[in-house]
Amino acid sequence: MMHITEGSHAVAEAVRLCRPQVISAYPITPQTHIVEALAEIVADCQLDAEYITVENELSALSACVGASAAGSRTYSATTSQGLALMFEVCFNAAGMRLPIVMSIANRALGAPLSIWNDQQDSISLRDSGWLQFYAEDNQEATDLHFLAYRVAEDHSVLLPALVCFDGFILSHTYEPVDMITQEDADRFLPKFSPYERLDAADPISFGMYATPDYYLEFRYEMDRVLKQSKEIIHNAGKEFGCMFGRDYSAMIEGYRLEDADTAIVAMGSICGTTKDSIDEMRDEGKKVGLLKIRVYRPFPTEEVAKALSHVQRVAVLDKNISLGAKGAVALEVRDALYSSGIPVKDFIIGLGGRDVRKKDIKAVVALVEKGEGDIFYGLRREVL
Amino acid sequence: MVDKTLELFDCGHRACGGCGAALAARMVTKAAGTNTIVVSSTGCMEVFSTPYPETAWKVPWIHSLFENAAAVASGIEASLKKQGRNEKVVIMAGDGATFDIGMICISGAFERGHDFTYICYDNEAYMNTGIQRSGATPYDASTTTSPAGKCSFGNKRPKKDMPQILAAHGSPYVATTSIAYPADLMQKVEKAINTRGPCYVQIHAPCCTGWGFEGEQTIAIAKLAIETGLWVNYEMVEGKVVKAKKVVRKPVEEYLKTQKRFRHLFKPTRQDAEIAAIQAIADRNAEKYGIDIKLRKE
Amino acid sequence: MTLAVGCRARPGKSRDNKTGSWRVFRPVFDKEKCTKCGLCITLCPEGCISETEDEFVIPDYTYCKGCGICAKECPGKGIGMLQEEK
Repeated sequence: MMHITEGSHAVAEAVRLCRPQVISAYPITPQTHIVEALAEIVADCQLDAEYITVENELSALSACVGASAAGSRTYSATTSQGLALMFEVCFNAAGMRLPIVMSIANRALGAPLSIWNDQQDSISLRDSGWLQFYAEDNQEATDLHFLAYRVAEDHSVLLPALVCFDGFILSHTYEPVDMITQEDADRFLPKFSPYERLDAADPISFGMYATPDYYLEFRYEMDRVLKQSKEIIHNAGKEFGCMFGRDYSAMIEGYRLEDADTAIVAMGSICGTTKDSIDEMRDEGKKVGLLKIRVYRPFPTEEVAKALSHVQRVAVLDKNISLGAKGAVALEVRDALYSSGIPVKDFIIGLGGRDVRKKDIKAVVALVEKGEGDIFYGLRREVL
Repeated sequence: MVDKTLELFDCGHRACGGCGAALAARMVTKAAGTNTIVVSSTGCMEVFSTPYPETAWKVPWIHSLFENAAAVASGIEASLKKQGRNEKVVIMAGDGATFDIGMICISGAFERGHDFTYICYDNEAYMNTGIQRSGATPYDASTTTSPAGKCSFGNKRPKKDMPQILAAHGSPYVATTSIAYPADLMQKVEKAINTRGPCYVQIHAPCCTGWGFEGEQTIAIAKLAIETGLWVNYEMVEGKVVKAKKVVRKPVEEYLKTQKRFRHLFKPTRQDAEIAAIQAIADRNAEKYGIDIKLRKE
Repeated sequence: MTLAVGCRARPGKSRDNKTGSWRVFRPVFDKEKCTKCGLCITLCPEGCISETEDEFVIPDYTYCKGCGICAKECPGKGIGMLQEEK
């Protein structure tokens, strides 16, 4: 059923439909509306869950670790500084193979303090072993929660998952969202069946330490299952499409890409602006297309290489910067296209909430067509 | 009642011979019984008991990080409640994890009122990383980060009063105990586990390697701590001290002399003022908890 | 042995680590002096002392590290520590 609702509320409703048994979160802008909405949902008995009001984000995710290990479906949400405070627990949850799902209302990281959007927070956790999904709009932000639980909990995966959507731009924006029913949600996402759990009837030690004889193999296993999860994502995304008409079988999505000379690669809400801008450029006769990355971890390297194999140049829009190197998405795309020789130019754009408009996308295309790039786009030179 | 004849902390663990913490683990698991989930923080006990795959724990056990055991336990308790299960949740953490790095998680979890028992095995320093001072290190103890030297008598601060801090959080049951008194220890652990809400038990667990004494002396030294008044075994119910172990007190010197961490108080020269300062700590403890047994004058 | 998911294990495996090899001094129990009080069983950090069928106590030398707590604490002084011969 179609509702016009705020992004945060749509996400909270999706989480309710996923039936987490334990929710543990700490408020932080711009994630607050999600956890407030969930608190209301629990207070009104619309969801039978334990809601732990922890004292900070480190405890929020730590409580999820305990709850998940004890055999419950768990949920948390955070952003930016909160995610940074969770850093240690994030690596821990993945290494312990606990399928926690967490929403990220993407926000810049300080200093300087900024409450506004970019994707530096979740990108900074790219090496942690979590699946990472990025939503273009609130419909996708909603749907990806079902997919995230389904994939994370699959016994051949057993890794936690981040569902990322741009703070304010999506979290605080009202859009029409088609919400699936509880019955449908239950069909797609069956009751949580933990692979193993803390249980007096079958005592298991969780979180042991590994000597040099084993550590390398444990990390190899995490990398292997994360890469293997591509197939699980594909199948679950396809099933979601068959059931509800929105197909998420592909980790990437092309827009007017088939005959494009110039490809833009992007993640998140910026894809919407880019599509509008591409439509206008097409009207002007420019062969520009978009490759949207929906799943950043595991990274769809082969898929990206195949989708871009015919283009002449690529411009990557990075809402993050690996300081001292490049934008994190550009590094991956360049790796994917290495043997093709197709030039990949990086554009660090929209950091800390700087608005990205259609004309900015056009300017990026104009630059990459001249062979320029690898820049911070839109710098206010007068303050430098 | 749990079957206390069961050994739930297995042989083969890698603790030093004579380890007070290993003995604490054995006694606590005995008192807690099989219907228990143990949460450990990073530390000596975690390391000596769980190199993959050689776990010494025969009850379900989890270790996540150094600072978050109370938060992990919060999640486990909530999870069990939601599933309608009745296992007891017991945290086993060292004094570094409890007094220092885990303080925020502990404060939050106690304030929220989760039903768990937090047990701190207190060996009065960071032993796992090589004997650095913690908030539980006693006054004048020499550690690798509070070494005695030409212008230092070791640790400059007395122990943080963690039991009082947790009693102030509204904990219904707070107790201190010692591995030298196994019956007292097991009875207090059992009482804590069967009291609803967040309970706290702090166990004095001498560390032969960190304190500098032979492993065979572990129990004897734990006893001396109590007999000198430098450690008091007491119980607090709803924030009030209801019981404390009384002793005929010995001078603190008898305790200090047994351990290398206090050797600088006696050699090369005797430091009377410092010993007097430590005696004053014991005297304050004795007065505060009323532990002195008054002997009738002959 | 296949790697367990998430570095987990079930009980029993610590027994593969036979800590008796650490021992320098060996506790020797004197049956005559033993009052069967059980204090040595209670105070052993290894939990490796147990009662035998004839109600005497013996340590499991496979795991006994020879710390000497049992000898030190035995009220009847019924346990001696003898140097191991290698």
